Amino acid sequence: MSQETLRIQKISAHAGTVPGEDTQRQYTVCKLIDTTTCIGCKACEVACMEWNDLPFGETIFGNTYQTMPETRWNYWNLILFNEHEREDGTLMWLMRKNQCMHCAEPGCLAACPSDGAIIQYTNGIVDFQQDKCIGCGYCITGCPFNIPKFNPQTKRVFKCTLCTDRVSEGLEPACIKSCPTGCLHFGSKDDMKELAETRAKQLREHSNFPHAGVYDPPGVGGTGVIYVLHDATQPEIYGGLPKDPHIPWSVRLWKGPLKWLGNAAMIGGLIGLFVHYLRFGPKAREEEDLVPHEGKQP
Amino acid sequence: MSHQEQLLPHGHILRYAFHERLIHWVAGFSYLYLLVTGLAFWSPWLFWLAVILGGAPVSRMLHPWIGLIFVGGVLQMYNMWASQMHMTAVDKAWWGSMRYYITNQDEKMPPAGRYNAGQKFLFWGFFLCAILLLLSGVVLWFPEYIPWSLRWLRYAAVLTHASAALLTIGLFLIHVYMGVFAERGAFGSVIRGDVSEEFARRYHPGWYKEIVESSTPRK
Repeated sequence: MSQETLRIQKISAHAGTVPGEDTQRQYTVCKLIDTTTCIGCKACEVACMEWNDLPFGETIFGNTYQTMPETRWNYWNLILFNEHEREDGTLMWLMRKNQCMHCAEPGCLAACPSDGAIIQYTNGIVDFQQDKCIGCGYCITGCPFNIPKFNPQTKRVFKCTLCTDRVSEGLEPACIKSCPTGCLHFGSKDDMKELAETRAKQLREHSNFPHAGVYDPPGVGGTGVIYVLHDATQPEIYGGLPKDPHIPWSVRLWKGPLKWLGNAAMIGGLIGLFVHYLRFGPKAREEEDLVPHEGKQP
Repeated sequence: MSHQEQLLPHGHILRYAFHERLIHWVAGFSYLYLLVTGLAFWSPWLFWLAVILGGAPVSRMLHPWIGLIFVGGVLQMYNMWASQMHMTAVDKAWWGSMRYYITNQDEKMPPAGRYNAGQKFLFWGFFLCAILLLLSGVVLWFPEYIPWSLRWLRYAAVLTHASAALLTIGLFLIHVYMGVFAERGAFGSVIRGDVSEEFARRYHPGWYKEIVESSTPRK
């Protein structure tokens, strides 16, 4: 939900400039998830539902440590579980807390046709405004992470807000507060990036994870949620984290060149027809066509 | 309807029967609604169009249903007219002489039948686009039911729906221009149903000849 104290830097489908843009600078906030110290306890899942007052839905037991197959409109925070076999034959239990990534260049916002239904605050949080949502689901198409979920009753789309209401009051998101192992951190993007790189270096140099690294995909301009992975060369093994996420090219084509081409063609077509009429006029004068044969003047 | 019945008193010829006019306007009015609400979703600068039509959520809800009516109208047109829309040798010649048609030198045009080549192009263009709009529209109607593994369907649908809609807008603009402004009398033919003999002779000589030759002269 919107918080008046937060400044806005991007508005979906907004004709004209963003009011108050660049009048205030804020730290870009960031959530750091260290998958190497996550134990899959799901305290963050519970904290998310508690704080955001979401009703608990039915879980789906699939013989793993995962609560359900994917996030729902009323379940924004889900630990994805994968039993991964390494090259030397040993097993790893990979846990990844999955939620909205709060992209710097959000595909949902680019695809949205409703003025102000998706906004990005100056601190980087991407938030849905359900009172302006029209339920078209274009955000579902625009998102490279499969995050926005549709509520069939209200016909509105929901996702993680990064606890906008808490952050605007100087608190950390609910999931961060609940984490018992300290694998979740919250702060400015620069600080989190530095902490993540330090941890990745530690994993590479002292813990026999030579491919450990930080996931902050540049294809979407970087994200407001970054991961430390044991193996940053294979993000897919962490519950299908995309290796190089982008706004889908068809969405970019649709909202970019096709829009300008289409607008030019429509306006050009209207002008062309008008000029044609000025130059050539109707094919025959009205009276020649409409007056009955017998009534025609000699 | 026999050709004899198409000859009306006072030098008029029936061009469109009641059911043809009715279906045309079912498709026509539903298309207008789809055009206006579609443009509202197309551009932020036109979003107000949806607001004056009862709000964008209402437009989002009704657009697919009106779309079904439109596709129904187009399919009914296919049933009525597809058999008359095959390209003939005269049509090819007509298409080749398009420059005379555009510059209003209609006397230099090959004799068109009931439909000239341009009208046939319009018909098939709208028919094809309606099919594409229907297929992509169903995906856009229920994007939340498309599983992540089939997300390419959503990607294809947003592009197809917008592209096909733009093509119909091109066809629509020319159709309205021809019917209302260029060929005076054409608009009346799809409202009242009849055209003057002058109109039939000038724009559809083949069709006019066919009717006159297979009818007994009027008293």
